[in-house]
Amino acid sequence: MTTFPVEQIRADFPILQEKIRNKPLVYLDNAASCQKPQAVIDSIVHTYSHEYANIHRGVHTLSVKATDRFEGAREKVRAFINAASTKEIIFVRGATEAINLVAQSFGKSQLQAGDEIVISAMEHHANIVPWQMLCQQIGTVLKVVPINQQGELLFDEYLNLLTDKTKLVAITHMSNALGTINPVKQIVEAAHSKNIPVLLDGAQAIPHMAVDVQDLDCDFYVFSGHKLYGPSGTGVLYGKQALLEAMPPYQGGGDMIRKVTFTETEYAGLPHKFEAGTPAIAEIIGLGAAIDYLNQFGMAAISAYEAELLAYATEQAQQIKGLNIIGQAAEKGGILSFTLDRIHPHDIGTMLDSLGIAIRAGHHCAMPVMDFYGVPATARASFAMYNTRQEIDVLMQGIKSLIEVFG
Amino acid sequence: MFDDLRDLYQEVIFDHNRNPRNFRVMDDANRQVEGFNPLCGDRLTLFLKIEDGVINDASFQGQGCAISTASVSLMTEIIKGKTEAEAETLFTQFHEMTTGKSEDIQLEAIGKLAVLAGVREYPARVKCATLAWHTLDAALKNQAQSISTE
Repeated sequence: MTTFPVEQIRADFPILQEKIRNKPLVYLDNAASCQKPQAVIDSIVHTYSHEYANIHRGVHTLSVKATDRFEGAREKVRAFINAASTKEIIFVRGATEAINLVAQSFGKSQLQAGDEIVISAMEHHANIVPWQMLCQQIGTVLKVVPINQQGELLFDEYLNLLTDKTKLVAITHMSNALGTINPVKQIVEAAHSKNIPVLLDGAQAIPHMAVDVQDLDCDFYVFSGHKLYGPSGTGVLYGKQALLEAMPPYQGGGDMIRKVTFTETEYAGLPHKFEAGTPAIAEIIGLGAAIDYLNQFGMAAISAYEAELLAYATEQAQQIKGLNIIGQAAEKGGILSFTLDRIHPHDIGTMLDSLGIAIRAGHHCAMPVMDFYGVPATARASFAMYNTRQEIDVLMQGIKSLIEVFG
Repeated sequence: MFDDLRDLYQEVIFDHNRNPRNFRVMDDANRQVEGFNPLCGDRLTLFLKIEDGVINDASFQGQGCAISTASVSLMTEIIKGKTEAEAETLFTQFHEMTTGKSEDIQLEAIGKLAVLAGVREYPARVKCATLAWHTLDAALKNQAQSISTE
């Protein structure tokens, strides 16, 4: 193992000291949501205790302070994903809202009936349904890149789907159900060679690897704060400035205007044009604190440590008879999705819970993926930087024991 | 190792999960309803043969967790020979038992079904146990369409 300071990190997450059903918590549901370090919790308490007021409005001291902190978080996000400008960082409620924003604003203004949107067979419902809604509204057509049995995108099929009709590609950076990391740089390159913009769903990828939106050259990148050890109710839409400038507002209201009369409204510039109403102020400042926290360790080190965890978990899981790993892509992040012969994932989930182990059992908001593998659901253990080999041992022992009990 | 779960996973439940009773397609069924739990993807098809207000045969197909499989297996056993009215009463009693609305429910009255009383301590699993019964309820009300626990 590397010298990754996992014990120091664990001490920073108060919830990891909790007991669940009288057992030490083994939290392996990080793909659903990550736990929060004390730094993020403290940041929220500090904002509400000392620096809270509404932003962008007041001349009073607290409003100015809160605005500074809020815009400071925007700069932290910009630097974290290496965007060219803070004008390209739009705060939203989560990755889901970011995709809906692009579908409704970019989609409705730039696409027309018959245009095609390319997604993949491993998308989360959040990167399927908004496009289906757009298709129903304006008559665009959804095309789906298939995957192979390992859970990898069929790249040749993807290339074949890029036609003169294709007007947008929207693909996940990392699959939440399978763990597959897609070759997003090549995906973007191929689309750009035909002048097709690309949205990357980074909800799963963002906590696990360094993301450089300029290097990827993607047109939109979306993620949720709660999966990045930050507060829930926060999310980010990154968009290239020229594209965002050309897009109409998504919602109307306060904070997104320059001038309002009853006959017309002049919209604010970027990024405020897309941020109607009072945002989750303390939470977004807290997201900035989460990024500061992660920067202490660096995403490259986190990525390397998690890769070791996944390799160890995979090796251990392969030794369990009757355990089938769902998703065995060559490029994979810290997700172990599996089924057990004759034991339903919900029973696995309840039994492991009684041992203090939190995993997800279900379709992971990716029902088409379940259909592809012919299973109603899977059990999924998903790893974060605070998980350890010992916890994986506890998980594997739990799985072996429940197989025994079911007989 | 799983001592805490003894109330939920009783031996009868493992038994019905391993060897579900009445697990077959019924060709001469006169009621057939599909039940679906979108939360976990469990799906079952319930077949009934009702003659003169009496359930003369009951069977099912589908896949689900141990709780839902045992629940539907036990249900098909217990409702055979019951009148529609008696089955409806059982549905109500079962529902009250699993959702814990009635603390003093007569467990003897529902016999074997009492093994499923443990689910009331597990809110996330109640729907696994009640899916079969909601499907039965729809079948008795002659609602031909599929039903969902949501």
